[in-house]
Amino acid sequence: MTPQLSWYLALSAVMFTIGVAGVILKRNAISMFMCIELMLNSVNLTFVAFSSFFNNLNGQLFVFIVMAVAAAEAAVGLGIIIALFRNRESLDVDDANLLKL
Amino acid sequence: MIIADLFQTLIWIVLAGLAIGSGVAMVVQRNPLYAAISLIGVFISFAGFYLLLGAPFIAAVQVIVYAGAIMVLVVFVIMLLNVEEEVRKPLRLKFLIPAAIFGAAILFAQAAFIIYSVGASPVRVPNADAANSQIGLTKSIGTGLFTDYLLPFEITSILILMAIVGAITLARRPTVLLLVEEDYDGKKHVERRTLKIDNI
Repeated sequence: MTPQLSWYLALSAVMFTIGVAGVILKRNAISMFMCIELMLNSVNLTFVAFSSFFNNLNGQLFVFIVMAVAAAEAAVGLGIIIALFRNRESLDVDDANLLKL
Repeated sequence: MIIADLFQTLIWIVLAGLAIGSGVAMVVQRNPLYAAISLIGVFISFAGFYLLLGAPFIAAVQVIVYAGAIMVLVVFVIMLLNVEEEVRKPLRLKFLIPAAIFGAAILFAQAAFIIYSVGASPVRVPNADAANSQIGLTKSIGTGLFTDYLLPFEITSILILMAIVGAITLARRPTVLLLVEEDYDGKKHVERRTLKIDNI
């Protein structure tokens, strides 16, 4: 019995749920950021699984573009985190609930 | 053939265990550096899944971009900012735990229903032979990217350029000017003045 499509979908759902739980539970901005990366990855796994099982290339091209967007998001997100830390001396998102200092 | 299938399933189970274990460890971990290392474990196991699915190019990009570039950036920022372990704080909302249990029960019921109905459905997904498939190879991905998906590809490059400019603007320090004035008797006065972006 080879791995079925439904196995991949179930695993991807589990990983996405772990990511959502992390975003909700964590208070550190960097940890929340890493959980968002986990969610993006689980969606990528779904794309590649469908692409492979339906013998269609488009899913893998989507994954490539999603990865480029994730890299851009990482650069800007970490820049925002550094600016946040510089202004508030803390990475706790509860400390950053106001737009003005 | 049976042995090969069994072996594939075994690898799948090991990779799934690695992925779920690292994912849970990432959320449970209080030290962000350990969480980052667990996240690298998740990325590596996902690269293994892409290889199992017959997508070697995506697997290579996963290791290079995610486990390499993005995680180096994250670890660099963690070390730069000297992040300490999270302290335990009281819950933000009192009714969060019962609400979470209720929501999880509903989700499990939905998932069980979906698995039950998929098991009963006569629709079969065509299972391509992943080992002999041509679609995951670099050549076909390059062809697709530069013919049908040329416009999204170019838009992605513009997006990355915007991200570079944005990251530099956000993360740079405010410019500090040293104003040196000399008195009539030769004493020097040094004044530090911070230039904000809006008065440049």
